[in-house]
Amino acid sequence: MTTITLNFGPSRITSRMTGRTLACGAAMFLATAAFQPDTAMAQGWEPAKPVEFLIPAGTGGGADQMARFIQGVITKHKLMKQPMVVVNKSGGAGAEAFLDIKVSNRDPHKLVITLSNLFTTPLGTNIPFNWKEITPVSMLALDQFILWVNAESVIKTPAEYIAAVKNGEDRQMKMGGTGSKQEDQIITVAIERLAAPKKMTYIPYKGGGEVAVQLVGKHIDSTVNNPIEAVSQWRANALRPLCIFDAKRSTYTGKVTATMAWSDIPTCKESGMDVEYQMLRGIFAAPGITPAQTAYYVDLFKKVTETPDWKEFMEQGAFNQTMLSGDAFKTWLTTAEKTHYDLMKEAGFLATGK
Amino acid sequence: MEEINALFNGFAVVLTPYNMILMVVGILLGVIIGVLPGLGGANGVAILLPLTFSMPPTSAIIMLSCLYWGALFGGAITSILFNIPGEPWSVATTFDGHPMAQNGKADEALTTAFTSSFIGALFAVIVITFLAPLVAKFALKFGPAEFFAVQFLTFASFIGMGAGSPFKTIMAMCLGFALAAVGLDTITGQLRMTFDFITLLKGFGFLVAVIGLFGIGEMLSSMEEGLEFKGAHAKLRLDAVLRTWKQLPKYWATSLRSCLIGVWMGITPGGATPASFMSYGLARRFAKEPKTFGKGNPEGIVAPETAAHAAGTAALLPMLTLGIPGSPTAAVLLGGLLIWGLQPGPLLFVEKPDFVWGLIASMYLGNLVGLIVVLTCVPAFAAILRVPFSIVAPVIMVICAVGAYTVNNAIFDVWLMIVFGVMGYVFGKLKYPLAPLVLALVLGDTAESSFRQAMLASQGSLSIFWANPLVTTIMTLGVLMLLWPAISWLRGLLRRQGGSVSA
Amino acid sequence: MSTEQQTDETPLVSNRAMEIATALFFLLASSIVIFDSLKLGVGWKESEGPAAGYFPFYIGVIMALASLIVLFQGVVKRVGAGKTFVTREGFNSVILVLIPLIIYVGTIEYIGIYVASALYIALFMWHFGKYNIFMGLAVGTGVALGLFAMFEIWFLVPLPKGPLEEFFGY
Repeated sequence: MTTITLNFGPSRITSRMTGRTLACGAAMFLATAAFQPDTAMAQGWEPAKPVEFLIPAGTGGGADQMARFIQGVITKHKLMKQPMVVVNKSGGAGAEAFLDIKVSNRDPHKLVITLSNLFTTPLGTNIPFNWKEITPVSMLALDQFILWVNAESVIKTPAEYIAAVKNGEDRQMKMGGTGSKQEDQIITVAIERLAAPKKMTYIPYKGGGEVAVQLVGKHIDSTVNNPIEAVSQWRANALRPLCIFDAKRSTYTGKVTATMAWSDIPTCKESGMDVEYQMLRGIFAAPGITPAQTAYYVDLFKKVTETPDWKEFMEQGAFNQTMLSGDAFKTWLTTAEKTHYDLMKEAGFLATGK
Repeated sequence: MEEINALFNGFAVVLTPYNMILMVVGILLGVIIGVLPGLGGANGVAILLPLTFSMPPTSAIIMLSCLYWGALFGGAITSILFNIPGEPWSVATTFDGHPMAQNGKADEALTTAFTSSFIGALFAVIVITFLAPLVAKFALKFGPAEFFAVQFLTFASFIGMGAGSPFKTIMAMCLGFALAAVGLDTITGQLRMTFDFITLLKGFGFLVAVIGLFGIGEMLSSMEEGLEFKGAHAKLRLDAVLRTWKQLPKYWATSLRSCLIGVWMGITPGGATPASFMSYGLARRFAKEPKTFGKGNPEGIVAPETAAHAAGTAALLPMLTLGIPGSPTAAVLLGGLLIWGLQPGPLLFVEKPDFVWGLIASMYLGNLVGLIVVLTCVPAFAAILRVPFSIVAPVIMVICAVGAYTVNNAIFDVWLMIVFGVMGYVFGKLKYPLAPLVLALVLGDTAESSFRQAMLASQGSLSIFWANPLVTTIMTLGVLMLLWPAISWLRGLLRRQGGSVSA
Repeated sequence: MSTEQQTDETPLVSNRAMEIATALFFLLASSIVIFDSLKLGVGWKESEGPAAGYFPFYIGVIMALASLIVLFQGVVKRVGAGKTFVTREGFNSVILVLIPLIIYVGTIEYIGIYVASALYIALFMWHFGKYNIFMGLAVGTGVALGLFAMFEIWFLVPLPKGPLEEFFGY
């Protein structure tokens, strides 16, 4: 079975305060042009039965939304003859899904979509799994992170945000995020460093949508929600974006609210908060599948990304449309894994023995 | 009134023959999903979703939401007939529903359940119609402390249930909490009580435990007592519906209370399952004869079913206005909205009024159609009990096994189900109450998370639980409920001292 | 669930013995919980609030205390001494149901859930219901086919399958 893995892994975080520059970015830029499916080979194999699409997260989250969206697109445009069945396996921060695909050796009918827990879960818990043990298919996009505050907050810029942490009482700034020792908390630790020696309080929730609503209700002071999780609240003037954790501003110039487009949100770096982080949304398959089978799925997801529905979805969520497959994807993954290792080590998130 | 106009426009959108057919199809599929513990609403919605691309979004969402109503209705059927909750929110329905069936009143129990479901849903839809913007704002007031207060209230309203030993109640509840803690801790990302067993990573599935404790446990007891269903030989009377309806008005107070609890829990979103438990607990607490609960009191069906359906319906409001789904099924519907380019959020009501009001109108009609469909089937459902035991029993075992398997797609869970079954059998005989165990299992994890989130936010100060009027009120209610047994004991003492009026 | 006893049958286990055994089971469970919680930490942790073991630890302690009381009631006060938990006959019939169930679940992994279910239903009907084995097979196959249609075809929920399904291309 083939596993589709969407990796919501951070692709890079730069933190000048710690003197580290993480180089995942380079691979990413290369990647933009590097999506070259082997169409010829793809004709050699087709799924013979329903394809199981595992989600290493619960229903309703970003990964779940994307996986179900993909299922919808594939069905709507009849891109695959066999149906695609979406299965949530969220146990153990997604470890359940990864372990499932890991033991499904040579099964071409199983895919997994990954978030950054592809890296963070094995690093943080000693669960016996590594992405190298399964077959990378393709990277679909990179998900952005934005620093949000409530629209009524007095904080209007990233610099003011850091100043508020620095000058406020210790741990008074409450940051809400999804999960523990995963992407949201990793970013929080990186921001926290800029305000040293003051600390922030990170409050973990179960899902991104919940986090955004908690911010609207002022139960927390800020979030680093993905765009898609917070966009509707932004449009309703309930939230205010401060900056985007990317090297460059978003390329989407269509107006989202009455006055602003995604491209109007400054990068964190340009506004004095030198932190960068993006998350892989990628697809993985079971170990040991044939090149023809991999090629089929690479081609399938290329077709998905060429549909108008996909383009609209990308814009809605301000995704960074970077696609990679083959060796370029593997190189990217290797770098991203190293990045996560370093970040988690620095934050003290590594499981004992890692 | 603006809402009335909008609603009538909505009815105009919905009332086409095509949409009506979709409704019936959705309801029927939903009932099947509700009956089989292996299929959840999420399965059904997810499978139908692709089919709906050929329809206009409004028709599609009507069909999908009808499937959701069907599942809400259907969950009660197996709970009542076989003590097997088809869905988590029908667990509390087994407490009195199954004993009623054993007393030969399966048809009345089913009618009560369906009618209560309908009333709960109707109440919730009316609230959504007229108070949507207001209610949506209310949901925003719920932070970790408020969530914990609600969960505390649920537990408190359930403490003292059952006449057995209080120590056994405590043990059963603690076991539920302990089982709920197994797996990955969401707050710290640490593994708890997995002891390096990979199968334990995902923790203990609520449905697996419930199917085992209730379904298999019940089967084992029936086997011991001789291969037969109790109540199987009751006469089937076709006037069950009318007969039951005559009885129902006297439960109006419970019904109203359950409606309010359900709507509240659906919106916040606490979910249909805790709503059903809380409602059952309170109904018993305020009843004149609490001892009749658990032995086949119709009020014990009215309470959880009304609340569950009200919550299930009200849960669509936060999904539409805030984008946070109140249940996994709602989450899948949310995915559907996105594919049609409908972005849930505060602006959906403004930007897509046709869609929203069409959906709301379909809630009225869908539930009405659903009620008619399931009520017609009551005699058929009740007749299942007349199929010889040695045919139905293995079929039920198979359905339980399939149900346990599908929770996590793991054979391990089927084994667990058997272990829970033996536990249910032994606990039943020794009078360990199962309800607190199940409640702790379903709520333990979220209650613990909310508590710890609140503690993080307040840096360890318990004062966060009376930081504002809302949380203070809920906590006070909770404490009152907790002390209720003591209060009623005192009251009884005073009354006795006041003279033997009643004696 | 009834605890009424039929006096004309041989008592196998007394309620007291079962009470003690169950209390010991709870004690074991609580010691596992307490042990694991201590390992995770039970106090306040910087940046994490109450540690992962905080909540389970107290749950474990409360559970242990309550079990000790029930154990005491069973051992010293001899609660449940006069009552029968299960008669030999009752025990036999429970075991007779439990063992086939265990075998059924054991075979799922090898022959798939559909074939296993069909056989289980058939044999159950034949043995307990004294039906003709063909009648049993007919009902069993019917149910299995129904489930197959429902899960694999209609709702696309993959269940464990064995050689037979593979033969037909699933």
